[in-house]
Amino acid sequence: MGMTMTQKILAAHAGLDKVHPGQMIEASLDLVLGNDITAPVAIDEFEKAGFNKVFDKGRIAIVPDHFTPNKDIKSAEQCKKVREFARRMDIENYFEIGRMGIEHALIPEKGLAVPGDVIIGADSHTCTYGALGAFSTGIGSTDMAVGMAVGKAWFKVPEAIRFTLKGKLGEWVCGKDAILHIIGMIGVDGALYQSMEYCGDGVGSLSMDDRFTMANMAIEAGAKNGIFEADDKTLEYVREHSNRPPRAFKADADAEYCREIEINLAAIRPTVAFPHLPENARTIDEVGEIRIDQVVIGSCTNGRIEDLRMAAKVLRGNRVDPGVRAIVIPATQKIYLQAMKEGLLEIFIKSGAAVSTPTCGPCLGGHMGILAKGERAVATTNRNFVGRMGHPESEVYLAGPAVAAASAITGKISSPEEVIK
Amino acid sequence: MISGTVFKYGDNVDTDVIIPARYLNISDRTELASHCMEDIDEEFSKKVKPGDIIAAGRNFGCGSSREHAPIAIKYSGIKCIIAETFARIFYRNSINIGLPILECPKAAKDMENGDRVEVDLKSGKITNVTKGRTYWAESFPEFMQDIIKAEGLINYVEGKVESQ
Repeated sequence: MGMTMTQKILAAHAGLDKVHPGQMIEASLDLVLGNDITAPVAIDEFEKAGFNKVFDKGRIAIVPDHFTPNKDIKSAEQCKKVREFARRMDIENYFEIGRMGIEHALIPEKGLAVPGDVIIGADSHTCTYGALGAFSTGIGSTDMAVGMAVGKAWFKVPEAIRFTLKGKLGEWVCGKDAILHIIGMIGVDGALYQSMEYCGDGVGSLSMDDRFTMANMAIEAGAKNGIFEADDKTLEYVREHSNRPPRAFKADADAEYCREIEINLAAIRPTVAFPHLPENARTIDEVGEIRIDQVVIGSCTNGRIEDLRMAAKVLRGNRVDPGVRAIVIPATQKIYLQAMKEGLLEIFIKSGAAVSTPTCGPCLGGHMGILAKGERAVATTNRNFVGRMGHPESEVYLAGPAVAAASAITGKISSPEEVIK
Repeated sequence: MISGTVFKYGDNVDTDVIIPARYLNISDRTELASHCMEDIDEEFSKKVKPGDIIAAGRNFGCGSSREHAPIAIKYSGIKCIIAETFARIFYRNSINIGLPILECPKAAKDMENGDRVEVDLKSGKITNVTKGRTYWAESFPEFMQDIIKAEGLINYVEGKVESQ
């Protein structure tokens, strides 16, 4: 029996020729990641265990992105702790405010993730780098602490669902619509403990930004990781961003999958996930009349340049509804600058939207756009759980940047087709 | 042997409701515990007693990787979680901080709020004293039992380093 992409990467990092689902292995790590919420707990554990140095100061990344720029004194103390640890350990990839970005947009941009890597991060959306053909998965602070010290982690080898993608996404439809459609189909625990492997002719038509979005939300289906086979687009992206050599793994022809699903990209409509689970997916045609108070365009899911371009295309020459607060958050400084050069920020500001420095902020109900009781938001973020963006009685509707921008204009959840005639 | 009263919840209890992000700038474990579950059950932190048990449906602990979630539960006094299934990061985090959690769909489905339940982690035996029923969960492999006994992976690793 052959191996899946994930199994091959794990085997290679465990020094084994072959692994099988359910097998416990210890794998060497190419990168260990943490942020200002999870790293402080990891640092405590690291010190409690008596570790006094990291396994490789070039293979650890710490990004203060959640409650930053520091939202209050307690958050400032957490960031200070992380900053001092990074200095003490001489960690090369610590990214300070003004030079940073949301971790999962920043890491690929800085060339710290390449095909074939094994990456753990104390943030559930670490699965994003599967877009590059890496095995990457979220873990907690204790695993981060041990990972930083020894450069290894144990894993149970997962089985996989194979998604064969066909066709090409239509106009105004992006990776977000595809992944919401998939989660709607399999449910929030539809890939529990499993890999989601994407292959098929349709993959080539997806941009890297679309793939980042789709891999990013694998966790929302309960998956251990989401992974795309590296192709020419991947290798071109890696050449532009990294000096490290990629190792592209392909699944064996006789790899065994626990489930096989075919997705016709051309048939996917703009999709919205209703409160309070990402699996509550409906096409834009099934939404009905839902008034909104806020729109957030950003996050590790949809704060990349293509997302901003799509939002700007809808907002250009239009005005944000007087009853709506629209907040646009470019995911990294580089994306921010690019959006400025392309005139996107001007379009946002002229339309009546606020533009923020990179932060996870509102996505997790941290700051920069918290909802009051009874308020509703359309957000390009990844979770719509109870209280996720603020008050426990507020609501988050997940969508792609085109739907979010169109909704900002009309004041209700809308298709870009309604706004752009 | 763990023995306590059941707090029962449904499917897909996520880490945002176990401990909302607005409290993630808190490092004091007891203070975190005082906000545990408050967005879906305001009474939880007032009623929970040391030794009590959480029972839940599918995919317990889905969402964020915040270790604050199992920490808040552990420091609220809960000694064990029994669910139909767990989200994988939460599962790993719970073991790593020494909070025993068992997957046992039948036991979890049958349990109701207020049931008196006993759990033997070594054998995986779950007894619902109130309902007079016994269930068997898959017991932990030895190394995981040792991690739980050591109250977490860090103490376990420390112990191994010291004994070498």
